[in-house]
Amino acid sequence: MAEPILEIRDLRKTFGALKATDGVSLELRPGEIHALIGPNGAGKSTLIHQISGSLRPDSGSIRFLGQDMAGLDMAARARLGLGRSFQISSLAQEFSALRNVMLAVQARQGTSFRFLRPVMSDKSLTEPAMAMLERVGLAGRAHLPAAELSHGERRQLEIAIALALGSKAFLFDEPMAGMGPEGSKALTRFLDGLRHEAPILLVEHDMDAVFALADRISVLVYGRVIATGTVDQIRNDPEVRRAYLGEAA
Amino acid sequence: MSIALLLEQLLNGLQLGVMLFLMAAGLTLIFGVMGLINLAHGSLYMIGAFACAAVAAATGSFWIGLAASLVAAAAAGAIIEVTVIRRLYDRDHLDQVLATFALILIFSEGTRWLFGSFPLYLDIPPLLQGAVPLPGGGQYQLYRLAIIGVGVVVALGLYVLISRTRLGMRIRAGESDREMIAALGVDIRTLYTVVFALGAALAGLAGALVGALQSVQVGMGEPALILAFVVIVIGGIGSIKGALLGAILVGVVDTMGRFLLPKALALMIPAAQAGPIGAALASMLIYIVMALILAFRPSGLFATQS
Amino acid sequence: MTNAPIMTPETIVNVSLALLLLGLPLVAQTMGEPFYITLATRIAILALAAVGLNIALGLGGLVSFGHAAFFGLGGYAAGILATHAFDGVPLFAGIPGTASMPIIWLVAVLVCGMIALPIGAISLRTAGVYFIMITLAFAQMIYYFAVSWPAYGGEDGLSIYVRNEFPGVNTAQPLSYFLICYAVLMLALGLFWLLRGSRFGASLQAARQNATRLSAVGIAPFNIRLVAFAISAMVTGLAGALFADLNKFVSPSMLSWHMSGELIVLIILGGKGRLFGPVAGAMLYVLFEFALGGITERWQFFLGLILLGVVLFARGGLLGLLAGKARHG
Repeated sequence: MAEPILEIRDLRKTFGALKATDGVSLELRPGEIHALIGPNGAGKSTLIHQISGSLRPDSGSIRFLGQDMAGLDMAARARLGLGRSFQISSLAQEFSALRNVMLAVQARQGTSFRFLRPVMSDKSLTEPAMAMLERVGLAGRAHLPAAELSHGERRQLEIAIALALGSKAFLFDEPMAGMGPEGSKALTRFLDGLRHEAPILLVEHDMDAVFALADRISVLVYGRVIATGTVDQIRNDPEVRRAYLGEAA
Repeated sequence: MSIALLLEQLLNGLQLGVMLFLMAAGLTLIFGVMGLINLAHGSLYMIGAFACAAVAAATGSFWIGLAASLVAAAAAGAIIEVTVIRRLYDRDHLDQVLATFALILIFSEGTRWLFGSFPLYLDIPPLLQGAVPLPGGGQYQLYRLAIIGVGVVVALGLYVLISRTRLGMRIRAGESDREMIAALGVDIRTLYTVVFALGAALAGLAGALVGALQSVQVGMGEPALILAFVVIVIGGIGSIKGALLGAILVGVVDTMGRFLLPKALALMIPAAQAGPIGAALASMLIYIVMALILAFRPSGLFATQS
Repeated sequence: MTNAPIMTPETIVNVSLALLLLGLPLVAQTMGEPFYITLATRIAILALAAVGLNIALGLGGLVSFGHAAFFGLGGYAAGILATHAFDGVPLFAGIPGTASMPIIWLVAVLVCGMIALPIGAISLRTAGVYFIMITLAFAQMIYYFAVSWPAYGGEDGLSIYVRNEFPGVNTAQPLSYFLICYAVLMLALGLFWLLRGSRFGASLQAARQNATRLSAVGIAPFNIRLVAFAISAMVTGLAGALFADLNKFVSPSMLSWHMSGELIVLIILGGKGRLFGPVAGAMLYVLFEFALGGITERWQFFLGLILLGVVLFARGGLLGLLAGKARHG
């Protein structure tokens, strides 16, 4: 088996008496979509925050491409190739969709301390950014301010940004949330192809999408991973049925 | 340098700290509950001083003046809360800074209009004139001791108010969750006006008390305001306990620095240079302390917000 | 990219403002009214100081309430160097003073940059209201230092007896000095325009709009903001040096919190983050001061009322009124 891209070992994080992350271990392997599911309050967001670097774990380790991520902030992790989308979309609201992606392109080039050349006439920024918008189907909306995009379009834009970063792994936090059925289907098809570019850790409530996409699923309940396996293994896991699917049914 | 002199300076530092606490408590309460940065807090301090001086001059009684200062500052606070401040709670800090900066201009020029450009003077009330002996043979002004006493009483009063009363419960609830408290049926607008007026009254009290130690003049509020900012930045914005400890720290460090630094330098370099250099360094001391504290704890010693 | 017309309403307003500011002293010169030339010079210098602040505040969203520190430091750099040149006493270690404006400007800019870095590094660890208060506190620290340090006049300030020199220009003539200041202002506006459109400017504006987004693409907001804060301080410091030469005088009042407040006011009156916002704001401010000051001694009272009105009801400032909402590419 190939070396995992992202490897989480025995991660723990408590807030007062609440064990938000209680000994989580998880792997993201090359070429896979690994879905992370669990009821509300299971600690999915807390886990994502720790992986992306906005929250510091109490103990345990996160290794990305073989490198220990302890002590690296969000920006440093992003530079290493950890691309993410946010549960509540997080964009430069006044900037156009294009400029949001251009920011990622310049970040990837490491050229943010250039003070004079205008970005809008700089093809080394605009062309790759436009290409990414085309890939996610947003090219027609490129010049609209992010604030004026629809909910689903903002999700697409976040994914375009992660693509533009040339990420080595994607961390997508509920990308389908708030999308209509058509949008969800289109995004599902898109993510399906994306896994060959870089593996995806997918947090998602849309079970149709999860079952359609996931190579493996981990189920998080009360801060613990109660099961990890293929779609069929998870469907038939008695503990999962009791703790999670049973609840939903 | 005698023990008595050192003790006197220490008490002076404590007195300055108490005065700063009265200012900072209101500022930090208003920020904690309403999320508002109020530059005009120094103007409320000035209003308290002017009201006390004017009323004391008219009636011959410091005590009536003191009562007037509380009423005037609280009333001024309530009026600006209802007319201006209320519109700023949902604005960003920049708008709050600008609007309250505008209020300073209005209050300062308005006060000059009413009272002229010459300072007023306020006498220490007869009851508190005189001095008390200090251990080591010194004497200390009774009035300054009384200010320290007032600070202790106010600190205790605020503690009881916030932890033991219904109003305090609402204030605490307002700090953590505005919508929750509105849902509980508390009239949030009135609560905000009351909190603002309370903070204003404390600033007015500080101004009135200090008015008897220095001249009462336009512009007296801003140095106090800026020191109060240093205090709440050190203490952690929103924390009354932080304001108290920060105020005492700033008061004592500032006073002792001005007293000791020139003397300490005189041991190393000629006295003629040590005086001015020491004074210049001492004037920067509290800001250096602030920078050091922030370098290690960016949100102050007792930050309430995560 | 966008098919924007070459002359947007904002461009027309900007060009008009630039021509107006240039025209006023030229007319005053022909009418033999040097006072108005000084007034226009004051506008140009205050606008320059605010252009500096606009980099931090307008582009970066960093509400520095301590930019008077840099304005004053620039002023003192000019005053101190000129005094040493005038007295013929070396500054220290045999380094002489100078009356040459370009050298003075360079020193002012470097000093401000060097002091802005540590102040910024500490202040930028915090955000929001803490940042406002801390920048204010650091400026007060420098203010009190200037007041209590007796070598250069302390509280009384420092006079510059002869206006400093610029190669090939008779700086003693009011119009020549105005033109120098105007040229510097235009260069600074050019710098602001370039910065705003550059990769650095994109990062800086993104840091204002959404710092988490900037981190998520791998750009650390702290570094971007720190550099912006230093550049901002340097431009404001340059304005301070020019201001000292205009008044032939430097005093701690240039360092006061009131000055910091005024600089913010200039930006808001004109329009935050707009290229010509500081110019419009400085024009308005100086004209208010002049017009209201002619009517009543209590002009600051009315300035306060006007400012309150602008903050509460006219949030885009003058440029917002004249040229509509700000647009991003």
